[in-house]
Amino acid sequence: MPGPTRGFLGRRGDRDPRLPPGQYDVGGDWPVLTAEPTPRIAPETWSITVDGAVESPTSWTWDEAHRLPPSEYRGDIHCVTTWSKFDTRFGGVSVDTLLEAARPTADAHFVMATSRTGYTTNLSLEDVTGGKAWVVWEFDGKPLPVEHGGPVRLLVPHLYFWKSAKWISRLTLMNRDQPGFWEQNGYHDRGDPWRQQRYQGD
Amino acid sequence: MQLRLDVHDRIDHMPGQHYVVRLTAEDGYTAQRSYSVASAPGDPLVELFVERLDDGEVSTHLTDVVEPGDELEVRGPIGGWFVWDGETPALLIAGGVGVVPFVAMLRHARAIGRADLLRIAVSSRTMAELPYTGELLDAGALIVLTREAHGIRPAGRLTAAELVPLWEPGQIAYVCGSASFAEAASQLLVGLGWPPSGIRVERFGPSG
Repeated sequence: MPGPTRGFLGRRGDRDPRLPPGQYDVGGDWPVLTAEPTPRIAPETWSITVDGAVESPTSWTWDEAHRLPPSEYRGDIHCVTTWSKFDTRFGGVSVDTLLEAARPTADAHFVMATSRTGYTTNLSLEDVTGGKAWVVWEFDGKPLPVEHGGPVRLLVPHLYFWKSAKWISRLTLMNRDQPGFWEQNGYHDRGDPWRQQRYQGD
Repeated sequence: MQLRLDVHDRIDHMPGQHYVVRLTAEDGYTAQRSYSVASAPGDPLVELFVERLDDGEVSTHLTDVVEPGDELEVRGPIGGWFVWDGETPALLIAGGVGVVPFVAMLRHARAIGRADLLRIAVSSRTMAELPYTGELLDAGALIVLTREAHGIRPAGRLTAAELVPLWEPGQIAYVCGSASFAEAASQLLVGLGWPPSGIRVERFGPSG
C-alpha cells in the first residue's frame, strides 16, 4: 500500500456509516451514466423473459408483470464512479418471483442480464435470489424515468449499480459465469461496493 | 488543468481510456476519481486533464495542492469500450471537457499519420472555457459555442445540420460530455438515422 498523499486531509468527521469505502453521498441528484444512446421503449412493447438453464422458460408482458405480487426496495444504491445515493425507493417485482415460475435447473449458478439495447451484465444466482434483486418500474412511487432505465430496469442494490441493467429484457440462467459488457471491459465480475470490487483483480 | 505524470511500469493506453487517481490521508481515509487521458500512447508522460470543481474533494487537491515532484497513486489505463483503435473512421462529438479523450485520439492520429480518420465537433459555453482550443482549431474541429458567437455562427446549441458534413462512410460515433449533452448529441445522431449500435457514449457524472 502506498503511503499518504502529501497535503491531503480529506473530508473529516461526519462520514455516514452507510457509505462504502471510496464513495461519497451525491444527495438529491441521480447521475446518469450509460454507454449508449437512451432507447425509447413503449411499455406495451416491453417484455421480460427468463430463459437458459431453466425448466420452464417464461416471458411476461408489461401487464402480466404488473399482475405479479408487488415488491419494493427501500435503501441505498452505489455507483462505481464513486457516488452513493441514500434512501431510494423502487417498486416492481422480486426476481425471486420470476425465478419461481421459470425454475432454474440444479446446475444453474449464474445469470446474464440483457437489456433491449444489447447491454449485458453477469451476476451469480446467489446475488439475485433471497430478496436481493428486483425488476422495477417505479421510483419514488412514479414511473421509472427513461434515462434511469425506464420503463423497466434490473435492481441489485447490494452491488455496484452497473449490475442493475437498465431497459432489462432478459435474464438468462447459466451453468458457468461469463463476463458481461463492462466485465469484458475491465470491470469486476461481482462488484461488491463494501469490498471495493471495482475493476478486474480487485 | 493538465497533470503530466511519469508513470512507472506503465501499460500503454488506448486513446479514450482513463486513469483513476487515489488520494490517501494520514489516517488511511481515501478518495478517488477518474480522469480521462489527453496524451497519446506514444507520449513518454501520461497527461490527465482535471477540471477544478469548487466543492470537489479530489479535483481541488490536484489543482491547488499538488506540486511538480509530488507522488500520486494512480491506476490505469481503464476502460475498453470508449476507445479508438487508430484504424476506424470516427466522428467525435464533445461537450466541454468531454473533449479530453478526443484530444488523446487526435494526438494519436497525428502520431500515426492518420488524422484524416477523425472528424470532430465540440460544443462549449464559451471559447475561454474550452481546453485544448489551439489543437482543436488546428485539427479543423467544428467548434460550437452556446453562449457567444464564433465567427459568423451565432451562439446556440449543436444542430443535426452541423453534423451532416462531418459524416463519412464507416464511421463510429463517439459522444462525450455531461449527461444532458451526451443525451442530446446522441439523440441528434439517432435522429439522423445513425444506428444506435454505432454510437459510443461516455457521460460524465459529477466527480470531484
